[in-house]
Amino acid sequence: MYTFSNRLRIGSFILMALGILGIGIGFVNAPGTVEEAKAIVAAAHDDGHGGAHGEDTTHAMTEEQGAAAAHGEGHDAAHDEHVLHQLQNRPWAAVYVAAFFFFMIALGVLAFYAVQRAAQAGWSPLLFRVMEGITAYLVPGGIIVFVILVLSVMHMNHMFTWMDADVVAHDELLQNKSGYLNPVFFLIRAALFLGGWIFYRQYSRKLSLAQDESDDNSNFKKNFRWSAGFLVFYLVTESMMSWDWIMSVDPHWFSTLFGWYVFASMFVSGITVIAMITIYLKSKGYLPDVNDSHIHDLAKFMFAISIFWTYLWFGQFMLIWYANIPEEVTYFVTRIEDYKLPFFGMLAMNFIFPLLLLMNSDYKRVNWFVVMTGIVILCGHYLDVFNMIMPATVGDQWYIGLPEIGSILFFSGLFIFIVFRELTLAPLQPKRNPFIEESRQFHY
Amino acid sequence: MASTVIHAYYDDDDVLMHAVKKVKAAKHHIEEVYCPFPVHGLDKAMGLAPTRIAITSFMYGCLGLTVAIVMMNYIMIADWPQDIGGKPSFSYMENMPAFVPIMFEMTVFFAAHLMVITFYLRSRLWPFKKSENPDPKTTDDQFVMEIEVHDNEAELKELLLDTGAVELNIIKNSH
Repeated sequence: MYTFSNRLRIGSFILMALGILGIGIGFVNAPGTVEEAKAIVAAAHDDGHGGAHGEDTTHAMTEEQGAAAAHGEGHDAAHDEHVLHQLQNRPWAAVYVAAFFFFMIALGVLAFYAVQRAAQAGWSPLLFRVMEGITAYLVPGGIIVFVILVLSVMHMNHMFTWMDADVVAHDELLQNKSGYLNPVFFLIRAALFLGGWIFYRQYSRKLSLAQDESDDNSNFKKNFRWSAGFLVFYLVTESMMSWDWIMSVDPHWFSTLFGWYVFASMFVSGITVIAMITIYLKSKGYLPDVNDSHIHDLAKFMFAISIFWTYLWFGQFMLIWYANIPEEVTYFVTRIEDYKLPFFGMLAMNFIFPLLLLMNSDYKRVNWFVVMTGIVILCGHYLDVFNMIMPATVGDQWYIGLPEIGSILFFSGLFIFIVFRELTLAPLQPKRNPFIEESRQFHY
Repeated sequence: MASTVIHAYYDDDDVLMHAVKKVKAAKHHIEEVYCPFPVHGLDKAMGLAPTRIAITSFMYGCLGLTVAIVMMNYIMIADWPQDIGGKPSFSYMENMPAFVPIMFEMTVFFAAHLMVITFYLRSRLWPFKKSENPDPKTTDDQFVMEIEVHDNEAELKELLLDTGAVELNIIKNSH
């Protein structure tokens, strides 16, 4: 049995406390009126925060001046209102990005877990309890994301423009989409997705624990069938979830492989977290039967799915770049103009870094190498979610400051607390899994 | 120089593995082992050095990527930068996404083919090559271990029979 070390527990509380502080400051500093928003933009412009952000605000200002000259006072006021909404969105979007990022890790691990069960993999049963521990975050993490969505529907923020009846009234495109994108149906779908995922997670965990105590394999077989069924459900709902929760922040834009793209991101982050927590537990002596080969396999998955993610990223980017249809290409134009460093930086972190570091077979067995690459991959995929949400919600007013870092700290603390508390609840090695002996002897 | 080798026949890969370990422990040099199929762990038991073919493949891949980049930069950007459907052919980077499919395929092409050719060269395989098999049975169901004999024939024979060899052949003037 695993015992939650006191240092880790206190560490997670400190992370949560610091995170709440950062998030709180973010909300307090968000402007309430157009005048405050103007002051913030002017201050950022004068200080010239340096780097890309400084240039971004300059760009915004010149655009504003040009537009004001052309269209007069009316447009100027509309622009100020727009900037106010962006600045008000910033703490919300920061919380949403971090909440979704950690939720998607748990969901990616759940998908990986179901794949391992449905494929009857012989190497991984030794890691099932670690995966079950991580997926425990699905419940609180999913509820938090749902609450943020409900608050958005209640007009606490402007992250989803299609939720604003006034905007829809003047936008024929959104009117045509309102059969799908309407607040009630949106929340019903979200509840359905979360309900299905959480149900599978809890039921599979129950069967997994029951299998330890039983004297036949009926629980194992049941778990196999539920896992196969879950994968079908997951594929459909994950895709729809990515349209709902992420793509709909840009309601004028659409992309067909977006669901796969989000899936690859969550899958690789999930596998990376499995590898990192396994290495941590092993270093503390809790997983004596996990050997180099298990780590090697996880690292292979990190390597391969990183490349898969890049394939989808490029597949989406290149098709839109090549055809250059205005209604689609604005998505990347805003990202390349205002988010140059995070947009291309994440490509280096999510592709070039793991490609070169995890290609060598020997390196995949070196624990600190896997952990180091894992940290880069996780930061890269945080940036990936950041790049998907931020341009539509805060536009060129982005900055990785207190609200963003505070949200990461808060949710990482919560994640660590929930996951490691769950790990204490059951023995870390399943007892009666039919494949456990094969997994113990696994050697590559 | 005329040399004498002994061919020990085995009919099971498990017995063969034990035999290899025993012969190694007795400090005899194993010239070669002929198997009808890959036996897991045989290379380790024989103490063969790990292959470096993956490293060559990586280098060939880098070469292929370079060829692709240099070729397309010359053709599309340097030599005749035409406007084809509005694609920006002012610099390589500006038009790079369009080149990526070719860069990728050339990398894979070079890595795969040159690695295979390297494998053929290093393992001396080509059409019309004369088979080096000591006995057709080694391609079906028998394993043969080849050990050089240096005035220790009797001792070697005893050791090999002890390891479960089903047949021993002394070959004079092999090679």
